[in-house]
Amino acid sequence: MWRGCLLSLTALWLAAAQPACAYTAYISNERGNTVTVIDTDKWAVIATIKVGQRPRGIEFTRDGKFVMVAVGDDDTIQVIDTKTRQIVDTLPSGPDPELFTQDAAGKILYVANENDNTVTIIDLEKRARIGDIQVGVEPEGMTISPDGKILINTSETTNMAHFIDTATRQVVASVLVDSRPRFAEFKHDGSELWVSSEIGGTVSIVDPVKHAVTGKVTFSIPGLRSEAIQPVGIGITKDDKTAFVALGPANRIAVVDTASHAVTKYLLVGQRVWHMAFTPDEKYLLVTNGVSNDVSVIDVAAQKVIKTIQVGELPWGVTISP
Amino acid sequence: MIRRLLGAIGLSVAVSHALAAEPLEIGVGYLRHAGVRSTLSLVMQPADNNGVAGALLAIEDNNTTGKFLNQHFTLNEVRLKNGDDVATAASSLAEHNGFIVADLPADELLRVADTLRDRGTVLFDAGSIDDRLREQDCRANVIHVAPTRSMLADALAQYLVWKQWKRWLLVVGSHDNDKLYADAFRRAATRFGAKIVQERTFEDTGGARRTDSGVTLIQRQMPVFTQQAPAYDVLVAADESEVFAPYLPYRTWDPRPVAGSAGLMPTSWDAAHDQWGAVQIQNRFVKLNSRHMTALDMQAWTAVRMVGEAASRTNTGDPKAVFDFLKRPDFSVAAFKGQRLTIRDWNLQLRQPILLSDGRMVVSVSPQEGFLHQVSELDTLGVDRPETKCKLK
Repeated sequence: MWRGCLLSLTALWLAAAQPACAYTAYISNERGNTVTVIDTDKWAVIATIKVGQRPRGIEFTRDGKFVMVAVGDDDTIQVIDTKTRQIVDTLPSGPDPELFTQDAAGKILYVANENDNTVTIIDLEKRARIGDIQVGVEPEGMTISPDGKILINTSETTNMAHFIDTATRQVVASVLVDSRPRFAEFKHDGSELWVSSEIGGTVSIVDPVKHAVTGKVTFSIPGLRSEAIQPVGIGITKDDKTAFVALGPANRIAVVDTASHAVTKYLLVGQRVWHMAFTPDEKYLLVTNGVSNDVSVIDVAAQKVIKTIQVGELPWGVTISP
Repeated sequence: MIRRLLGAIGLSVAVSHALAAEPLEIGVGYLRHAGVRSTLSLVMQPADNNGVAGALLAIEDNNTTGKFLNQHFTLNEVRLKNGDDVATAASSLAEHNGFIVADLPADELLRVADTLRDRGTVLFDAGSIDDRLREQDCRANVIHVAPTRSMLADALAQYLVWKQWKRWLLVVGSHDNDKLYADAFRRAATRFGAKIVQERTFEDTGGARRTDSGVTLIQRQMPVFTQQAPAYDVLVAADESEVFAPYLPYRTWDPRPVAGSAGLMPTSWDAAHDQWGAVQIQNRFVKLNSRHMTALDMQAWTAVRMVGEAASRTNTGDPKAVFDFLKRPDFSVAAFKGQRLTIRDWNLQLRQPILLSDGRMVVSVSPQEGFLHQVSELDTLGVDRPETKCKLK
């Protein structure tokens, strides 16, 4: 994974004197039915893998050996071997899987099934479905608390973030947020849960202990109608100081100060920006631009877009090797 | 009766926090006529439960959410038969339902609105597209979920103008609704810079909708009817009564596309619409009803979802509290149209993008890019605030 780390980058990035490491980013292309593989050293596409119908949610396994991609219209999750870049297995996800999350050990996978209002639990070693949890209408966003005790699922038409006890697998609380919650992310210290509402146009800050919305991030871009601001993906830096929020058809990433919950900057990216992933060294943030068929690379420290890479048709999700 | 109903609601709100308590019951009425009209195309024939099936799905969706809030929704449908009095039926429905979704002609909707005015029942117009209900005849207790004729005509006009098909041959049916639709197209042409090069009227002379040698005759009629037209880009048909428009595509004298009541049609929903998460509701609908979802189904779904949305956020089923919430400037509802839908405060019309469908695929969604507005681009569709004749009372 670290090969080629120190060599070629200086040539590419004269100003950025610090050499970074090469990782591989996997991008799901919703319409293209492909996964694009990008070398983050060369910032170049090095492979395109054919997958099933409508690939969206995409994650590396914790050991970095496999990439899991939810192919919703085939009602399954496909497993790509990162060495051979071949599909080697499928997981019994339930109908129309979209987003999923795994526990810290990488043993249990939790999948949002949009079509039947459930979260499916999968044992990753046995590749077996071991349970379902009933949630609200159109489950979508999935994340797990840093201590692993609470699983979060957002339901898009119910407009809630459901708090699920991972031990008992029961919904212990449901918090109403703004319309069409799509994505949820904890701060790394576990003190706040951030939930993006695509139609509501806000990010709700939820207190995970009180199960209450304690604040909201709002967005305003001069010259842009408010309906076009549709928050989706969220990324929070490891120091918990800065958050990045993808704003969909507003074609921008908002940079948010997590202390004040105020937007400090808007970064112009491609059209209908969906999801994002940091490189493990957190130097770069990759975001998928659904309509313009490309990925923007953001220099995290400089808060600048430094590169755009063409990928497949309608890129949606992104995951980067650990 | 009202007092008893409100009392019961107040009581259940107070105890609704304890999950073991009885759920808060919220009744939604659905008022419509029995029977459906016959369409020219067999595949377009609406099902017997057209509209109400969408309301039922929304009740299910609301109840899934309601599980977490201890709220329970029920739908109570009344189908009017010949001779039934609409006002009596509405009053009786209002006894147990604080909300009524109506699929009624304009005059009947007005009677119901006036009958229930002092009762506090909130009416949702899911079926009537008449502009006058949002203009000179607007009522303060009616929320219009159905788009207006002018919204539909504007949505189509924006696309035709974007496509540079600016010369229209307007063909109008002989019924009142057809004439109103034609009015909306004339207005749209003026607003967006299209030109109606000629107008023709297609008289409804009666006759059966199904015959054994229909095509032979139609194939002679339609080319003749459309011949000797001045140069035009697109034939726009205003035929809500469905007398002739579905016969026009592929049969015009000049090889020209057809739009309006056939060909490219503006609509609030289409079974082929799959953007913005719509596949999910299409799947849920088919699973529940074993058929495709129509525009009327979607309008009814949206109405009942608005009740559910407001009830979940206000934690009440009290019609007044729900109505006040719906009228708040920050109210919005998600309905798979790519942006939030809000209510025009001057006439209680739901703002919404309009799909343009060829009956098989969604061709485009209006408002089209470049049609700008200082408040909301959705207000480029239909009658806008400065032009409104509505005074809500």
